[in-house]
Amino acid sequence: MSDRQLANSQLGSLEYDPAPESAAIARLKPSYGLFIDGAFSDADSHEQFASVNPANEESLAMVAQAGALDVDRAVASARRAYDKVWSKTTGAQRSKYLFRIARLIQERSRELAVVETLDNGKPIRESRDVDIPLAAAHFFYYGGWADKLEHAGFGANPKPLGVAGQIIPWNFPLLMAAWKLAPALAAGNTCVLKPAETTPLSALVLAEILEQAELPPGVVNIITGDGSTGAALVDHPDVDKIAFTGSTEVGRMIQQRTAASHKHLTLELGGKGANIVFEDAPIDEMIEGIIDGIFFNQGHVCCAGSRLLVQESVADEVLRRLVRRVEQLRVGDPLDKNTDVGAINSAAQLLRIRELTAFGESEGATRYTSSCELPQKGYWFAPTVFADVAQSHRIAREEIFGPVLSVLTFRTPEEAVTKANNTNYGLACGVWSEKGSRTLWVAERLRAGVIWANTYNRFDATSPFGGMRESGFGREGGRHGLEAYLDV
Amino acid sequence: MSDRLDVRKTYKLLINGAFPRSESGRSYEVTSAKGEFLANVAQGSRKDVRDAVTAARAAQAKWWNATAYNRGQVIYRLAEMAESRRDELAEHVALAEGVNARTSQKTVSASIDRLVWYAGWTDKVAQVLGGTNPVAGPFFNFSIPVPSGVVGVLCLQESSLAGFVDAVLAPLCVGNTVVALASETRPTPAVLLGEMTSSSDFPAGVLNIVTGITDELAPVIAAHEDVDGLDLSGVTPETGDVLAATAANSIKRVYRPHEKESDNSLRRLRAFVETSTVWHTIGQ
Amino acid sequence: MPTIESEAQLKALLTSLSGVDAVGAEARAAKLSTRSIKRSTKLAAIEMAISMVDLTTLEGADTPGRVTSLCTKAMRPDPRDLTVPSVAAVCVYPDLVAHARSVLGASPVAVASVATSFPSGRASLNVKLMDVREAVSSGADEVDMVIDRGAFLSGRIGQVFDEVVAVKAACGDAHLKVILETGELVTYDNVRRASWIAMLGGADFIKTSTGKVTVNATLPAALVMLEAVRDFAETAGRTIGVKVAGGIRTTKDAIRYLVLVNETVGSTWLTPHLFRFGASSLLNDLLMQRLKQQRGAYVRADEFSGD
Repeated sequence: MSDRQLANSQLGSLEYDPAPESAAIARLKPSYGLFIDGAFSDADSHEQFASVNPANEESLAMVAQAGALDVDRAVASARRAYDKVWSKTTGAQRSKYLFRIARLIQERSRELAVVETLDNGKPIRESRDVDIPLAAAHFFYYGGWADKLEHAGFGANPKPLGVAGQIIPWNFPLLMAAWKLAPALAAGNTCVLKPAETTPLSALVLAEILEQAELPPGVVNIITGDGSTGAALVDHPDVDKIAFTGSTEVGRMIQQRTAASHKHLTLELGGKGANIVFEDAPIDEMIEGIIDGIFFNQGHVCCAGSRLLVQESVADEVLRRLVRRVEQLRVGDPLDKNTDVGAINSAAQLLRIRELTAFGESEGATRYTSSCELPQKGYWFAPTVFADVAQSHRIAREEIFGPVLSVLTFRTPEEAVTKANNTNYGLACGVWSEKGSRTLWVAERLRAGVIWANTYNRFDATSPFGGMRESGFGREGGRHGLEAYLDV
Repeated sequence: MSDRLDVRKTYKLLINGAFPRSESGRSYEVTSAKGEFLANVAQGSRKDVRDAVTAARAAQAKWWNATAYNRGQVIYRLAEMAESRRDELAEHVALAEGVNARTSQKTVSASIDRLVWYAGWTDKVAQVLGGTNPVAGPFFNFSIPVPSGVVGVLCLQESSLAGFVDAVLAPLCVGNTVVALASETRPTPAVLLGEMTSSSDFPAGVLNIVTGITDELAPVIAAHEDVDGLDLSGVTPETGDVLAATAANSIKRVYRPHEKESDNSLRRLRAFVETSTVWHTIGQ
Repeated sequence: MPTIESEAQLKALLTSLSGVDAVGAEARAAKLSTRSIKRSTKLAAIEMAISMVDLTTLEGADTPGRVTSLCTKAMRPDPRDLTVPSVAAVCVYPDLVAHARSVLGASPVAVASVATSFPSGRASLNVKLMDVREAVSSGADEVDMVIDRGAFLSGRIGQVFDEVVAVKAACGDAHLKVILETGELVTYDNVRRASWIAMLGGADFIKTSTGKVTVNATLPAALVMLEAVRDFAETAGRTIGVKVAGGIRTTKDAIRYLVLVNETVGSTWLTPHLFRFGASSLLNDLLMQRLKQQRGAYVRADEFSGD
């Protein structure tokens, strides 16, 4: 280097100052009631519970615990609204309500993103750039179907089912609410939505939005509570349709309980997604894709690429780059705009992750865990990669639902497919290769409802999402997503 | 009763996102259905048509390359603008078509709902008109609907707003750009809607509106070789025959409305769409 | 450090490099653009960026007077605040190198000269080498050459490589920056391959653009180049710098590039020894933003000299 250079002792590092989003933007109220028949009211028992910020274990707000009587009232309200108002509302009108809701979500997007991050623990960058925009887009997309159902491929005049009971999980609270409500309303159903116990708040802000949109009372009812609220909804005789997203374990119970009833059912359950990497994968983008596949949303994703199936010829190099990249992940305050990985949603989930990860070690896999510092308070798990995992290991078969990746190898495309399919799940897979014909060959043979090629965890309102086998049945998104809510 | 003099509006062309007068400097008188003076509207020339086509062509690739979601957002915003200025539109429809306030309000409502209908089509056309084809061999084969390109629309003469919306939004929502020749005798609602596109994030050149004498300008559009499609809604069947023959010189896609077109027909959407089919081998 | 003995060998090496998925690369660059750089980090980044500027004038109308203004500004960007670092270098055409040298005197600001029939590179090798030798003998510390894009795009990569080697030899003690002209290479695969050709040929820096074409520096192109530099350091043990040039006008843009460097190759590269901005109007925006950080209010452009 030329000696005519400026020596500057400050150079050579760029430590990011904290860049926190303000929690006050959430405008949280101290307590929320149940949203039934277009208004908020206490639970019949007046019972409440706290929703907690998993990043610091502090209470965010009190929400109502809906009991059997409240569920009854909500379903009755939905039925009344269906019979008297919504079934008589034209598609064009329904369309405009949905467009209004979409616009309101866009307008209140910053507030919703902060609420979501506070209640769920996910980084604000993700709530802001992924969850909220997708939620708005889902309402826009289905708003556009409401007035043209005759073109959806389900007949000249497809009818709705009636009252839909919808139970959603805690990993993408607002987005899951959008995935459930938008198609149901577009098709002409009314809804009773039960948000997850640990993440009720964004749904309650959505209720305010429904009020602002002047959606007729009872068309959507939002009732908060624990598992018992969901069970009461599933069992309610006046519900025509149940839509559930959550664990396979609970999905199984719901299917059993509704088996003898007239209720239509769709389930979106767990997964153990295989991210298949061939030796000709575009290497840097593939590393990012593996990272996105398992550490996006702290791995709390049903379609997470939680198994890396890497071609043996490049396994060492891929692992080396992966571990290097994992070290770079910024784990910490979800409200900090530069955070990559946030908090685990609950103490219960953290316990589950720890248990299964301990198995990984005891089964003999090689563990790499990020050396990142974890905050003192809150629920945290450092991103972890297990190498030398065998097909028979528990961590290769069971859904961990956390930031833990299991790495296995394969030799041929055939073997990759066999290993990927060797599971009772069938939700999502990834395929990384620059050879299109091989990617398509593999995709044809993978038993998964969603296959990503040279990317991962991409969602779009127009693209159908859902699983095969024990990952559930039914699709959300796209034209196919209407089927679940029509009597066809 | 006020002595205040109101500021009268000049009705101009819409070309490439700007509002010029006709390059010919001409204008012509537009009266209400009852014969009262309404406005001096720009009388477009063949050069204006030429400029509009140039603008539409330049804008087309970018309009099609935007996401379908984005196109839907833009069209929905036009509906928002139209709703917020509905009284102005209703007033012009009433004067132009000689109907009462109640009827014109209904027409405006229906037209706005129609804009919303089209806004919701942009990201669904591919799902309804496209698909995968199970060819008898190891190939992944899929068909996608792509826009024809630049579409010349001879707008309905009588239906000054609702007809305009249908004729123009159908090609737009599938990704074409449009040169619209507005109704000769009832152009002002279309001109108003054109103004609203500029506050709706419509990229320049996507929708161009030329007002003028139909018999003078329609043959220019029909003959222009850089126009890919032609909608003959605004001319008589006899004139249509002649123009269709002219259009044949450049193998344009020609759309002629049916007597009774049902509201939910997709004929207009399909008229200016091309099907592009891709084959890709499947193998290890 | 692999020795290249034939075009066939070079082709084989380039073919063995991984492809770049454009969607993924652009998504990664876009995601890194969302980093929020505030307060003391921002101030540090601004000062870092100032010290990395190659203050540039490359116009047909350049005169000694123009170069004098440029050099004066380069040495002391803000005459009222001597804590502002000087820039890394000035960048001029070869026939103005001697004048720049005389104005800069003993200042630590380097003189970089474009050469090899900049910007097109369309001339015989002899002419291009003569261009380099004159720049160096006039006192240039650094030479910014252009690769032959015509040769690259028609597959004559051996020729591209040989020219880099020849220019490096002609540079003597001067440091060589190799301009890839990513806007003309178009694909990221090409950017990756051209980066490797330049590095194998002896480049001290690889540089995105001449600034004279429609598409100049972009974040994804820089990302691919930074990845190449990182991989080359691991494979060949040589640390090569990156310069982004053309179209970088705002502090926000500059900071985005610094974030890219930080999170792709790491903080070792966050020094003017290994990272540069080829820019002209960027400097004033950096100075304005620095002042705004200190004063807490938006400032006028006229606070600072026009050149």
